[in-house]
Amino acid sequence: MSLPAPRSPGELLRVFNALALQGFGGVLPIAQRELVERRQWLTHEEFIEVLSVGQVLPGPNVVNLALMIGDRFFGWRGAFAALAGLLALPLAIVMTLAVLYARWAAEPMVAGALRGMGAVAAGLILAMALKLLPTLARNPLGRWPCTVALGLTLVGVGVMRWPMAYAVLGIGGLAVVAAWWKLGRTS
Amino acid sequence: MSFNDADWWALFAHFLAMSMLAIGGAVAVAPEIHRYIVEQRGWIDDSQFSAAIALAQASPGPNLLFVPVIGYAVAGFGGAAVSLLGMLIPSTTLALAATRWGRKRRESRGVRAFVAGLAPITVGLLLSTGVVLSLPLAQVPQVWLLIGAAVALSLKTRLNPVWLIACGAAAGALGWV
Repeated sequence: MSLPAPRSPGELLRVFNALALQGFGGVLPIAQRELVERRQWLTHEEFIEVLSVGQVLPGPNVVNLALMIGDRFFGWRGAFAALAGLLALPLAIVMTLAVLYARWAAEPMVAGALRGMGAVAAGLILAMALKLLPTLARNPLGRWPCTVALGLTLVGVGVMRWPMAYAVLGIGGLAVVAAWWKLGRTS
Repeated sequence: MSFNDADWWALFAHFLAMSMLAIGGAVAVAPEIHRYIVEQRGWIDDSQFSAAIALAQASPGPNLLFVPVIGYAVAGFGGAAVSLLGMLIPSTTLALAATRWGRKRRESRGVRAFVAGLAPITVGLLLSTGVVLSLPLAQVPQVWLLIGAAVALSLKTRLNPVWLIACGAAAGALGWV
């Protein structure tokens, strides 16, 4: 039963740092390849289990994933080693870019480049949402309640600019109650 | 603009709240961060907000790192630290406390209802983020072309997003958008 495991919190830190530096526009797919397929610290089933628990919790998914995997091997020391590995160097890189941007923001070429990058970033986020749409087809809520909840959230938050707590607690709360009811009927 | 003690606490408290609302990732709360920081407080403008997201997407690592970039634009390095800590403290504490609890109850009706009910909200919030980022840019029709191309290439190809961002940067630097 001896799956390979990280030898120390330091190794967790190094591996999560390497993951984070490869992850442009999302670290999760790289985490799966590295932790499950290459290093075999987790099986596919364990990875999906950790991920699904991480998704129920608030907070960035990949941060939750790092904490939970670190915790699994070395308790809270492992959790913080994984988190530090995930964030430290990427934070230094993005802050360097932020400082450079603040310095040169008035240059028309820099402002233009950032406008172009911003448009692509908006497109990437829209595409991420569209890729998640098919997963809703298997949602126990059913097609119409899902469509209504999604549509209300989009109009309320994206167009009317309601405070998001109303959308998440109000629409989300109703949807969770509806899902609870539907799950009870089918089982 | 001078940033007083009350402003520091307001910035910190805002990100503490965002951390607890960020079900489905940090990008899903971007519309709310925009509503508060740009529209309500006026601490930064649309172009700075959009630049923060673009810089984080162009950098390696988790895309939650747009949060300290926004904090930096609001109040320098102190703002970056306050924002990132606010965004991390509540959710990491909860994740550590709940991880063993949740592992055992993954199949329970309550946890499944929670996941199922919030899934459409998460997708709606991500679409809202796209809308909030697109609208301020959309003064010229070429921008829609660029956004549309990014959506299509991201859906149809497995191109690394960093190349798409680089194309966007080139198009912008040449003055096309």
